[in-house]
Amino acid sequence: MSAGNGTRLEELVAEAQRVLAICNACRYCEGYCATFPALERRLEFTESDVHYLANLCHNCGACLYACQYAPPHEFQLNFPRVLAQVRQQTYRKYAWPQALGALYERNGLVVGLATAASIAFLFIFTSLVSDPARLFQAYSDAQGSFYAVIPHNVMAGFFTGVSLFVMLAFVMGFIRFWPDLGEEPGEFVKPRTFAEALHDVFTLKYLDGGSGDGCTYPDAQPSYARRTFHHFTFYGFMLCLAATSVATVYHYGFGWKAPYALISVPVLLGLAGGVGLLVGPAGLLWIKSRRDPLLADPRQDGMDVGFLVLLLLVSATGLALLFLRETRAMGVLLAVHLGVVLALFLTLPYGKFVHALYRFAALVRFHLERRRPRPGIAPE
Amino acid sequence: MSYDILVLGGGNAALCAALMAREAGATVRLVEWAPEHSRGGNSRHTRNIRSMHDAPADVLTDVYSEDEYWQDLLKVTGGQTDEKLARMAIRHTAGCRPWMSKHGVRFQPALGGTLHVSRTNAFFLGGGKALMNAYYRSAQALGVEVTYDTEVVDLELEGGTFRSATVIRNGAEEKIHAKAVVVACGGFESNLEWLREAWGPPAENFIVRGTPYNTGRVLKALIAKGAKSIGDPTQGHCVAIDARSPKFDGGIVTRVDCVSLGIVVNKHAERFYDEGEDFWPKRYAIWGRLVAQQPDQIAYSIIDVKSMGKFMPPVFPPLKAGSLAELATMLTLDPAALEATVRRFNDAVRPGTFDHTVFDDCVTEGIAPPKTHWARKIDTPPFYGYPLRPGITFTYLGVKIDERARMIMADDKPCANVFAAGEIMAGNVLGKGYIAGIGMAIGTAFGRIAGEEAARHVRG
Repeated sequence: MSAGNGTRLEELVAEAQRVLAICNACRYCEGYCATFPALERRLEFTESDVHYLANLCHNCGACLYACQYAPPHEFQLNFPRVLAQVRQQTYRKYAWPQALGALYERNGLVVGLATAASIAFLFIFTSLVSDPARLFQAYSDAQGSFYAVIPHNVMAGFFTGVSLFVMLAFVMGFIRFWPDLGEEPGEFVKPRTFAEALHDVFTLKYLDGGSGDGCTYPDAQPSYARRTFHHFTFYGFMLCLAATSVATVYHYGFGWKAPYALISVPVLLGLAGGVGLLVGPAGLLWIKSRRDPLLADPRQDGMDVGFLVLLLLVSATGLALLFLRETRAMGVLLAVHLGVVLALFLTLPYGKFVHALYRFAALVRFHLERRRPRPGIAPE
Repeated sequence: MSYDILVLGGGNAALCAALMAREAGATVRLVEWAPEHSRGGNSRHTRNIRSMHDAPADVLTDVYSEDEYWQDLLKVTGGQTDEKLARMAIRHTAGCRPWMSKHGVRFQPALGGTLHVSRTNAFFLGGGKALMNAYYRSAQALGVEVTYDTEVVDLELEGGTFRSATVIRNGAEEKIHAKAVVVACGGFESNLEWLREAWGPPAENFIVRGTPYNTGRVLKALIAKGAKSIGDPTQGHCVAIDARSPKFDGGIVTRVDCVSLGIVVNKHAERFYDEGEDFWPKRYAIWGRLVAQQPDQIAYSIIDVKSMGKFMPPVFPPLKAGSLAELATMLTLDPAALEATVRRFNDAVRPGTFDHTVFDDCVTEGIAPPKTHWARKIDTPPFYGYPLRPGITFTYLGVKIDERARMIMADDKPCANVFAAGEIMAGNVLGKGYIAGIGMAIGTAFGRIAGEEAARHVRG
């Protein structure tokens, strides 16, 4: 790691500490979300406190619009932005392998698309070399088209390898992040707090603006746009995973080979998930483009946009494959779809997706802390 | 341009008036001097409204009756209030929250560190700026015409009847005619020259906690044109704040809440008032004047490590030293004098059981001034000091009004079409002193009354 990044983190932590001290003296925003009650438990803020609070923040922007010290006030307080900037450094600091942490600051869109294209090309090239005719042939569903182009064990091998790598990367990030917060491993899996954090994630509790009016995204007018599009994305992603899982069970458990009929559990799940992953990421990209510049961090656009575009491409190529699977285009489409999916998975630990890991850890911590006695600040 | 109603000012009272008038069907123009990002006057620094309630209500606990509210007000003003207007405002606060909610204001339970007012004060989610944002959004949706960066420079009053206002916007003068005007553009606390006139040289050392736009230009014009003034120009809401605060707009974070935990000395390192007279939330409002009366308008709150972490953290870190002499040097005090003061104080401290949450029995004996509660020896390093200055929040000099919020002229006759609301008439209710959330109560009550009455006047 270059000295420059250490300095960037140090600068951001120092700025966050300045901002947090002002917020702690004011406290007007404490009704908006979990971040403010969490900061009020502290009188001083260590670097790990800053990482914790930064990852608890959902970047809704409500506090900035309510802030009497927001620019152009001489305090130049922009709480959500500095926390967003810190988050990127959290991802980088805890990335595994460490060297790949630099990817967060690369153009995620270029990285993702290049990865997808390379993998797709690899599949296409391999097919072309072995038997070009198979690639461009039209198959009926009955013929088991997919595996005629790319053998099942190749596909499964790729995905197993990538999935294991991705999981390892997340586990490695987490097991360094969690103790840095000062928490024991056992605390993370306490059922009650774990369930509370899951509830916050499944409902996106902190995108309601604190009042139930919705959050101030993309601008000062409260709305549920961001929560809605995020739900489409999240549940769309989950449905696609479910489709794949059911298909895996079909394959190994029952010996039923893909492609499955249109009216079948994996296809219906995948179809619903695919629609979610079209609507959700498209909506998120749209509102992101209208985001108040005071709250945007251009340094993260590449990471955010890259992830959303890959999600969009996964669903677009997947749906295209579904509808064109009995045509001659199937072979190339399959290669492209697999390329995009693998690229998405490969870049999961080095892009926007990691927010899920650290946000969830921070939420678990929030619920743990909430139950502990409040430090003796300002007795009544 | 001509409108039914012109509202001067852009804070809570102004928006309440504009919204009420617009809801009654009037065409409304509102002019705010501040640019959009700084709109909302002092209201954007507020956080709650003191609210009467006869039973637990949404975010308010227990009961806060009209009479108790009135007694609280009577106590802080020492009788310098108008009971009829005060009770109007008090009763108004019992019923205004649903209307506020309708316009997008959201409430929340009392903030951390302020539980003592959970019974009496309804807090705004996100504070006063969030409240102002909601009102402005609602005003826009309802078709109130709002212009920012618009300074009112003159009013045309003919025999107590408003004709027009002259404003300057982007360097261009405009005359705005209206059938009625609501004057809700604050006091004069950010007019340093006027403060000097009222207070003399000490005003040089005042810090203005709120908006720099309350220069009192309209107030001055109204008085010059025959409005009856009310209140004393040296009265206002003035608290002791951190001397390192910005000259304007420092707001809530500049407060220093450890006065009752330690001692406060002036520039000669001498104590000058009982720091433990009452709970801090009931006494913070007198310390601005106390500091203003000290030489060079500077004081220092001094505590030791025993008190650290026992009060709301101020925005600026304390000066910290291992010995009193060292701390004195950092605070530019005479080390020997501070040591002597602390020694005298420590010797006077009687044994007791310290409890900052009640009137405890920790007192001093044989010194003047005494410390009558929470007196603990200052003897455990490190020692901490916060420099204090008078922080003026708002002024009470204003125009007299009647129960319909009509401005009263020097001949005691009400104007037909001039209404006043908010800080510019707060002196009618609040002749001196302060209790938390009363400014927003007065502004909301008389803002709404002024808007309603102005619309009634226009309809004829």
